[in-house]
Amino acid sequence: MTIRIETPSAPRFGTLLRSALATAALLVSLQAFAAGGAGALPQSGANVHDIASLQRGAQLYVNYCLGCHSAEFMRYSRLATDLGLSEEMVMRNLAFGDGKIGDPMSIAMDSDDAARWFGKAPPDLSVIGRSRGADWLNAYMLSFYRDESGVWNNTVLENAAMPHVLWRLQGIQEPVYETHTDGGMEVRTVAHLELSEPGLMSPEEYEDAMRDLTAFLIYLGEPAQLQRKHVGVWVMLFLAFFALLAYLLKAEYWRDVH
Amino acid sequence: MARTEGKVAQQANALLDWVDDRLPVKSFWDDHLAKYYAPKNFNFWYYMGSLALLVLVMQILTGIFLTMHYKPTAEEAFASVEYIMRDVDWGWLIRYMHSTGASFFFIVVYLHMFRALLYGSYRKPRELLWVFGMLIYLLLMAEAFMGYVLPWGQMSYWGAQVIINLFGAIPAIGEPLVEWIRGDYFISDATLNRFFALHVIALPVALLGLVVLHLTALHETGSNNPDGIEIKKLKDENGVPLDGIPFHPYYTVKDIFGCAMFLLVFAFVIFFWPEAGGLFLEHDNFVPADPLVTPEHIKPVWYFTPYYAILKAVPDKLMGVVLMGVSVMILFLLPWLDRSPVKSIRYKGAWFKILLALFTVAFIRLGMLGMAEGTVAQTWETRWWTFVYFAFFICLFFFSKNGKTKPVPERVTH
Repeated sequence: MTIRIETPSAPRFGTLLRSALATAALLVSLQAFAAGGAGALPQSGANVHDIASLQRGAQLYVNYCLGCHSAEFMRYSRLATDLGLSEEMVMRNLAFGDGKIGDPMSIAMDSDDAARWFGKAPPDLSVIGRSRGADWLNAYMLSFYRDESGVWNNTVLENAAMPHVLWRLQGIQEPVYETHTDGGMEVRTVAHLELSEPGLMSPEEYEDAMRDLTAFLIYLGEPAQLQRKHVGVWVMLFLAFFALLAYLLKAEYWRDVH
Repeated sequence: MARTEGKVAQQANALLDWVDDRLPVKSFWDDHLAKYYAPKNFNFWYYMGSLALLVLVMQILTGIFLTMHYKPTAEEAFASVEYIMRDVDWGWLIRYMHSTGASFFFIVVYLHMFRALLYGSYRKPRELLWVFGMLIYLLLMAEAFMGYVLPWGQMSYWGAQVIINLFGAIPAIGEPLVEWIRGDYFISDATLNRFFALHVIALPVALLGLVVLHLTALHETGSNNPDGIEIKKLKDENGVPLDGIPFHPYYTVKDIFGCAMFLLVFAFVIFFWPEAGGLFLEHDNFVPADPLVTPEHIKPVWYFTPYYAILKAVPDKLMGVVLMGVSVMILFLLPWLDRSPVKSIRYKGAWFKILLALFTVAFIRLGMLGMAEGTVAQTWETRWWTFVYFAFFICLFFFSKNGKTKPVPERVTH
């Protein structure tokens, strides 16, 4: 009855830290588990913070993709602000016709018509960066080939409906096959692709260009991400300072608890 | 100067008295804060209650602002979420607070419930407190499920399809019931509309009511503590528990620190890792809902996957649904399954530590298996952990009564 045991007046940082670390480790392993299954793709190396890369990517997008793929949720004015371009530059180089700076990046093609013409309407690419991810998009754009019958195909997305729109830049890749037996059946798969006809760009230039395009698609998926991380640093600093004050206040109040 | 200040203070007091004669402000303040005595030995686990309240308030506030811009129609829902993410000032922040908040709500609630397991907080006289808490947990699951449908992405749509179809397993009334829930022959605009109504009005109101009941029950019995002993047994001459300290200011300032630490982690996710690699915001949900294209791999968000794994472990649909239901409902019975003479893990023998460790591993592993593709090996592993999950409750019932315990101290330790 008379024993008085000191309660620690401060929350034990060790315990807190251990719990936080354990939770983080669990989350990361859960996430790795959730992501598992998909074959590993090479890292794209796209950098969404490289504004020059985003500008080049935007140009590629407008010149080669925007004919069929709208980016309905993106406005030209947002492009101007985020990519450090003047409205005039955007209107002259990126927007078509008599559009206005506040217009979304839409296309003239009606989606019902598109479905009739292509079998499947080319999807809007506003958030493709978020559903597919940088590595997939980059690998996809590098993996078009022409098979023996002269039809475009893709090793990342087999029988992709989209033809190789950028073949003039990349040139034409042809597959080198390998055969192996699977359950008594002879199966032929694409071992790798070889450039059979060079394009306007060297392979290195084309890879750089696709990195730019990938970076742009990732940006397009979430334009706020540039601002988000910037604001985040200040919020974290404020909260760290606030936590310190709160800790000192708590320690002061708890001095008389034994 | 001093005289005017004195006069202002006097007037303020007079106003307070005037109000207090008509509304019990002072007694409420005393009963629930200034003279509400909590054990002085709360540890890390005891932050979770106040954090759950913080997240609830945050979800309601951010939710209000989201509803100002969100359009609950199949035609516009997906686009309106992107509109919030791009065109609404700070819309991305509000949306990420809400989506991250949903996951953190479950993290905090799971830790809160685990605390109850550790220290026997559900034991007599706190059975109703636990039951109200479980009801909150059930409503929270419904709230989260319906909220997840609202962005109208592929996972929203097909997740809803899978979950609602579970009701179809009920004999006889299954199909009509599913149709009644959907309000249509398939998941459609009608479904989205009613889920929106339930998500923003019905369930939050019910949740708030249950939180009031949960807190009222808590303040009636007083908090348990890591030693699992009743501090009300030993009081000083004024009737104040010897091991109790007033909730305000001691725990209010301590919880402010807890909130700050929580917000540091929370803000880190919002600003630097909002998708949590596909755990909090699934990649497939950035594809607009398409009733004609079934995604390759449909799975619920992480906080449902332990139960989803149990559902998948059973080959028969009806039995799977039943077992999944039982796996949640059995938690209600914990106060009566645990018959140990002591509450806290500190004074229970190794039997309890082993049981709880196995249960914890089973729950986490089931959660991981629930999001996996479901190979044959994984299905068998799921069945094993499902067995362990249920074995915990059965063993608890039989071992707890005569299981070894250590002597319990009179006063709280640390």
